Amino acid sequence: MEEKKVKILEELKKTFPDKIKEASAPFGDETIVIDRDFLVILVDFLRKKPHSYTMLLDLTCIDYMDRKPRFEIVFHLFSLSNNHRLRLKVPLPDEDPWIDSLTFIWKNANWLEREVFDMFGVEFRGHPDLRRIFMYDGFIGYPLRKDYPLRKRQPRIRLRK
Amino acid sequence: MEGNFFTTKFNSILGWARKFSLFHYPYVTACCGMEYMSAACAHFDIDRFGAGWTRFSPRQSDMLLVVGTITQKLAPVLRTVYEQMTEPKWVVAFGTCAVSGGIYNNYAVVQGIDEIIPVDIYVPGCPPRPETVLDALVKLQEKIQKQEQEWRWKRRK
Repeated sequence: MEEKKVKILEELKKTFPDKIKEASAPFGDETIVIDRDFLVILVDFLRKKPHSYTMLLDLTCIDYMDRKPRFEIVFHLFSLSNNHRLRLKVPLPDEDPWIDSLTFIWKNANWLEREVFDMFGVEFRGHPDLRRIFMYDGFIGYPLRKDYPLRKRQPRIRLRK
Repeated sequence: MEGNFFTTKFNSILGWARKFSLFHYPYVTACCGMEYMSAACAHFDIDRFGAGWTRFSPRQSDMLLVVGTITQKLAPVLRTVYEQMTEPKWVVAFGTCAVSGGIYNNYAVVQGIDEIIPVDIYVPGCPPRPETVLDALVKLQEKIQKQEQEWRWKRRK
């Protein structure tokens, strides 16, 4: 079966000329960088026909520490009907790292967003149940941030030594 | 009377009885569980050494096998399981993660379960080969045989 060619980057740049901040294809993976205000509109556009990016494969965060803006949320979308992947990147500033929640579109975003909140302290606005998912109650700080001390321990019980 | 009796010490015969009837409780959290299954099932068969019974209740078991990584989140659970076990009890740290935290020296992982509970025998390896587990079992049996036994009506000094 011949794979359908998707020229998604050109088409998106044509449709939203001032919103797409950066579009590239490193190692053949189409990637676009957008602002957080534009996220919901773009995702709503992408998941409908003809693009049909109906599946959220992954949602994660990167802490660049010394770069401005510091954080970057990465979405990996997959189109089942076109057999095509797309990567969205949304930079977030250090002072107020918030982004709109996508749980109302994809149910699996719920736990992925909770993980990012737990590990990086990014606030997902509109999330129905934004609690820690991996770390326990009483854990202070966000362990995957680059400025979290490498050897810092927060045991739940008193250790024997 | 020849050949009809033998003499021993009560401490010694109690140790002999205990070392060959080790009911174990597998506290399996990670990939070491695969090697535990291999050691426990027919291919390597710890039943040959009298440790065949797997009790999935800490109250009925003598030997706690901590198999795999123990995180800080899990530490209170492991200590509760240990405290629920009745005396006499022994603990085996199975695999590098349980022994020392292994490669995980970070915010989440306990650096060796001896930070939480006392450990009798450490089994290194990532994961340990079944032969290592059997060797550890034999060494634990030697330890049980030699140790000062406790029993209910024992006279204490």
